[in-house]
Amino acid sequence: MSKTSTASTTDRFVDRLEDFGVSSTITGIDGVETEIEAVAATPAVGVDPSIEGVSLPESVDRELSPAAVDAAATGVTEAVLGVADYGSIVLPSTQSGVEPVSLFADQHVAVLREADIVPDMGAALSTLGDQFRDDDWSGIIATGPSATADMGALVTGAHGPKTVHVIIVRS
Amino acid sequence: MTTNSSTSKAAHINHILETEGDAVAANTQGFNQGRYDSVGTLEEYEQFKSEARAIKEDAIDRLPDLIAELREAVEANGGTLYLADDDADANDYVREVVDEVDGERVVKSKSMTSEEIELNEALAGDDVDVVETDLGEWVLQVADEAPSHIVAPAIHKSREGIAELFNEQFDPDEPLETAEDLTMFARGKLAEKITAADVGVTGANFVTADSGTMALVTSEGNARKTVTATDTHIAVAGVEKVIPTVEDLRPFIELIGRSGTGQDITSYVSLLTPPVDSPTLDFETDELGSADDREFHLVLIDNGRMAMRDDEDLRETLYCIRCSACSNSCANFQQLGGHAFGGETYSGGIATGWEAGVEGLDTAGEFNDLCTGCSRCVNACPVEIDIPWINTVVRDRINRGTDAELDWLVDGLMPDEESAGLDLDKRLFGNFATLARLGSATAPVSNWLASNDLSRRLLDRVAGVDRRRELPQFQRETLRDWMADRPSVADPDREVVLFPDLYTNHVQVERGKAAVRVLEALDVRVRLADVSASGRAPLSQGMISTARSYAETVAADLGPHVAAGRDIVVIEPSDHALFQREYGKLLDDESYERLAENSYEVFEYVYGLLANGGDETALRGGDGQQIAYHSHCQQRTIGVDQYTETVLEDLGYDVATSSVECCGMAGSFGYKEDYYDVSIAVGEELAAEFTTPETEDRTVVASGTSCLEQLDDLLTRPPKHPIELIAPRSWTERVTRD
Repeated sequence: MSKTSTASTTDRFVDRLEDFGVSSTITGIDGVETEIEAVAATPAVGVDPSIEGVSLPESVDRELSPAAVDAAATGVTEAVLGVADYGSIVLPSTQSGVEPVSLFADQHVAVLREADIVPDMGAALSTLGDQFRDDDWSGIIATGPSATADMGALVTGAHGPKTVHVIIVRS
Repeated sequence: MTTNSSTSKAAHINHILETEGDAVAANTQGFNQGRYDSVGTLEEYEQFKSEARAIKEDAIDRLPDLIAELREAVEANGGTLYLADDDADANDYVREVVDEVDGERVVKSKSMTSEEIELNEALAGDDVDVVETDLGEWVLQVADEAPSHIVAPAIHKSREGIAELFNEQFDPDEPLETAEDLTMFARGKLAEKITAADVGVTGANFVTADSGTMALVTSEGNARKTVTATDTHIAVAGVEKVIPTVEDLRPFIELIGRSGTGQDITSYVSLLTPPVDSPTLDFETDELGSADDREFHLVLIDNGRMAMRDDEDLRETLYCIRCSACSNSCANFQQLGGHAFGGETYSGGIATGWEAGVEGLDTAGEFNDLCTGCSRCVNACPVEIDIPWINTVVRDRINRGTDAELDWLVDGLMPDEESAGLDLDKRLFGNFATLARLGSATAPVSNWLASNDLSRRLLDRVAGVDRRRELPQFQRETLRDWMADRPSVADPDREVVLFPDLYTNHVQVERGKAAVRVLEALDVRVRLADVSASGRAPLSQGMISTARSYAETVAADLGPHVAAGRDIVVIEPSDHALFQREYGKLLDDESYERLAENSYEVFEYVYGLLANGGDETALRGGDGQQIAYHSHCQQRTIGVDQYTETVLEDLGYDVATSSVECCGMAGSFGYKEDYYDVSIAVGEELAAEFTTPETEDRTVVASGTSCLEQLDDLLTRPPKHPIELIAPRSWTERVTRD
């Protein structure tokens, strides 16, 4: 993929995040910790992203327990893919606990490499297809916050996060 | 149907209309508009629909092999696949699994399949505490009510109603009022239940055979929590949910949210290849455990589906992805919701197929007549299922299975091809050809007879014809009489055969004359077809054999004209749509294609004539005349409504078009006393659009016979067919004498 198309894919992704009420920032590897500190409410729990050179700030608790996950105001995790057409992020179900950390707190902060943003759903599924088949892979395509209209009007935070912020890491 | 059951059916429908109609209408119409908006931004919409259709056709075709492949994948992943024959078999298996893990509490995310097998009741019988975690489902569990919609189960309840329910049941410190209050209260209550649960039960929207991956399409996050917070995951799904590969998920992910609630995509599409790798969460001991302790059971349920697969007409039902587009786009469903327009489990248009296949004809028969065949669901369905046809086939089967009571009354009169047992109202309306012939032959006496009180009471009692409806006024001089000694165009550019449908020939003769004048003004010689009965009337009543016999007669009559190079022009949109769509099911391919390719709706034809150099000035121009136009449901489905609008606008009319899906009259539907009120409720939405300050002074025109009747009943100004607007006053100049 050429640099131009990456840039336009990122633009599309950011636009679509906004459509679904998700805020985002773009930063270099060095800026990730600062960004997380700036946006994450406390107490925060997190799972270290498997992105080289990126780690979580001290303020984010990495000692997970069910009570800590449940009590956290913010959960910080990685996202392994972004889907530009829908402003979706793909969250892997890992032994490290990305799924509960991204789900129980009112705020979810996701860290995503810009290089992992694909243009559309077809590209996302072809990227993941073999992992599903070969590695029993599981994950969530998450778009916007948790939402319901069952109580007479649209409300966010039905069971999961009320707000989502994506930190896009430019390499 | 006896008078008693008929009365109670009307009473039930009226009760639902009054108590739930407003909330259901607001929600379903919102979803429906959302669908239009969302698919409008998806460039590959039609392509994805075709792909989705092809994937489902292939999957159902290869289903036994795919299930075998899926079993291997699930077992290799460390899960179990259980193939259940029926509801009891499935429930027994789930109960065993729950018992083996000493499960005391089961939390569930929304699953229509679990409703179908009544899993909650089965588990409750073992003293297991079952908690629905979808907020809508939980509201219904607290209220002890059934879902009214397959995707948004509590759409019949208003915010006020839910607040009252919660305040009464839970007596919170502060009374709950806003949607936010109610949601956060429910979230808190359910979080307690979820974190203390032993087993999580989910459905599955799709399951891929290649990897054993299941897709769960949700918005709240309750399915995610249900899976993550419990060690044992049981997924229940119909066998038809299996598709070949992970990559095949694409068109479904792109289409399901847009088609259903009008969201481009729902908040969460969980793609799980269970048992999942997330650590177990023990909230009691506050410990994270190993994912190795997770257990997964996929329960695939047959419950009649394999028999549906072998049933040529019901098979298409298995392609259904339960998106609810057919419910939301249905004018009758919009007024009633699933408590009237639904069976044991499923609701809306496609429910007839599901209930017939899973429960049986009796259950399907309870609501099948609410499908009027308007066909607005056909284009909305993301897997291109011909839902009206399924409804027609099931209606036909119900007709044949019903016991006869009063058949002797009409046996001699009605020349149909149906076996005894058909409901009298269906037989009466299905044989409209005979009624119309007798009606014109004896008019005006027939009209006086039909409108006197005694006759109306008899029609009401014997055939369920609602006395509040005006009956059609048969004209003594039919269109055929008028045309009999009519001179033809001297030097025609072309020659057409006009199909004088029953209504045009016997009732709305003026629109027939206008059509002839318009065509002649454009130098077209007009002949009338020798046949008038298309088969639409019997087909609407599910009388397929009778309809087929009419179709064959029409094809035999019109075939030679087509062969001689004459185009077929049709005024009545429901008959034109019949030639274009349903004749494909009634005729051999060659006859069908010949007729479909060479028949045109009258404005479609006029548009073509004008586009090819026809003289606009020969027609009556609008000079800015303000028109309110209602196109016909079936006309819109096949996409020819645009020609009327375009021609009128090109001729200088100022056209405002209605946006409702259907007028609600739908042939005989609005005449039947069981359905009179819902028909009127649908029609009032249309009438409301034509009585706004912007539209109230506009001349009302409508293409369909039924639409004209409905509008005539609901508006104070009489509507007419748009062809009557443009018919020239000076038409006589173009014919040889006169």
